[in-house]
Amino acid sequence: MTEKKIRVLIAKPGLDGHDRGAKVIARALRDDGMEVIYTGLRQTPDMISEAALQEDVDVIGLSILSGAHNALIPQIIEKLKENGQENVLVFLGGIIPEDDIQDMLNAGIYKVYGPGTDTRQVCKDIRNAVDVKQAE
Amino acid sequence: MSLSKSVREGSRIALSRVLSQVENSTPAGLQALDELFPYTGKAHKIGITGPPGSGKSTLVNALAKQLRQLEGEPRVAIIAVDPTSPFTGGAILGDRVRMLDLQSDPGIFIRSMASRGALGGLSSQTEALSQLFDAAGFNFILIETVGAGQSEVEIVNLAHTTIVVDVPGLGDDIQSIKAGILEIADILVVNKADRPGADQSLRYLKSMIDMGYRPLASCAGKHKLAEPLLKDEPSGMDDTQSLWLPPVLKTIAKEFTGIEELVTEILKHQKFLKTTGRWQLKEAWTLREIVRKQIEGTLVCNFFDQLPDGLLDELMEQVITRKVAPSAVVKELLAYNQTGRKSQLSE
Repeated sequence: MTEKKIRVLIAKPGLDGHDRGAKVIARALRDDGMEVIYTGLRQTPDMISEAALQEDVDVIGLSILSGAHNALIPQIIEKLKENGQENVLVFLGGIIPEDDIQDMLNAGIYKVYGPGTDTRQVCKDIRNAVDVKQAE
Repeated sequence: MSLSKSVREGSRIALSRVLSQVENSTPAGLQALDELFPYTGKAHKIGITGPPGSGKSTLVNALAKQLRQLEGEPRVAIIAVDPTSPFTGGAILGDRVRMLDLQSDPGIFIRSMASRGALGGLSSQTEALSQLFDAAGFNFILIETVGAGQSEVEIVNLAHTTIVVDVPGLGDDIQSIKAGILEIADILVVNKADRPGADQSLRYLKSMIDMGYRPLASCAGKHKLAEPLLKDEPSGMDDTQSLWLPPVLKTIAKEFTGIEELVTEILKHQKFLKTTGRWQLKEAWTLREIVRKQIEGTLVCNFFDQLPDGLLDELMEQVITRKVAPSAVVKELLAYNQTGRKSQLSE
């Protein structure tokens, strides 16, 4: 009963309007027993870090299909640091070209998921990562 | 610095951490809650309840924005509760999606909560979280319940002012005279009033109130409170001063229509509660409920902790095979709890 629930913020930064992927992930995490705060479309880096702060989440899942990840991700990570939220794990999903993945990881993204990812794998990764983080 | 001190000094990150700690009932969280208790009792707690999809979150969004424009720019906290899945324990908390207007205002703090198995429209820790916001100096606390049906009326134990949101086309006048959610309203709102049938819904609700809404009960928000109220009814006041008849308003929350009027009614209700002494009565009731629930929770927890391993399973075997009734098992367990002895049932 008092087992700590993992809280996840799912957000779509930037301007693309396709939120199917974000919703599928939100649902999968819910079915895995997590509490998912869904903030929807067109979020700015400020909005995302503020929501993460107010909701005290363990994990943020971002979905970007517009190709703006190179611009947006460093800004979001920076904002989180400014807010003292550097402990939050950030996952990224969507259309991220092979060549950019390493850049994303260097920027501070924990893991990048492309189309066709098994949602069970995402749940497993999140649980493992949170466990490791809490053990630190 | 202690968590509770940081909260008092306005640290948003400390507040957010304490909210989680209290939600998870950790020892540190409960300690902070106790430390902050002396600073509570100032905020005006407003409950917003109504059926799923009636526009509660959108109304909260509009309401928070309007409240921020009042004199002195009062700070507004929002607790939005959504249901936990009974099967997986997970939850999708989607109320923030309707509150995007509020994200950049530092005078507003939104916290989503999952109901975590509690019935009644709130989570068992919602009240505790409202205390934290109260101690942190928020002037208004808006509490949005899960989408409520007819009996999720827990909010009246917590809120000073309860707003029930209805939408056009949900039912006829028989629905509106049943007991339950409509009865707990201090203010009734017909949202999405640009839809067909809004005027009819308005008429049904108004006639329900005219038909014999017990004014005392309505002031108390709950019938049990009406008893001491009846005794303590301040004398020498005429009806317009000592009675509160719930107003019925039309809003279109998405377009900010009717929101100013709603805030006016909320402030009127606040003044009414304070001038008639009902504010204190409500506080007394809420605090009593807190104590009662903690006793209940602790007793039940201890009760099961003290049962010897396997005793419940053993007794349940006889219930499952229909040899004894559930009530016999209850008697047996209670007797064991008091005497420490098993009787013939479990031998």
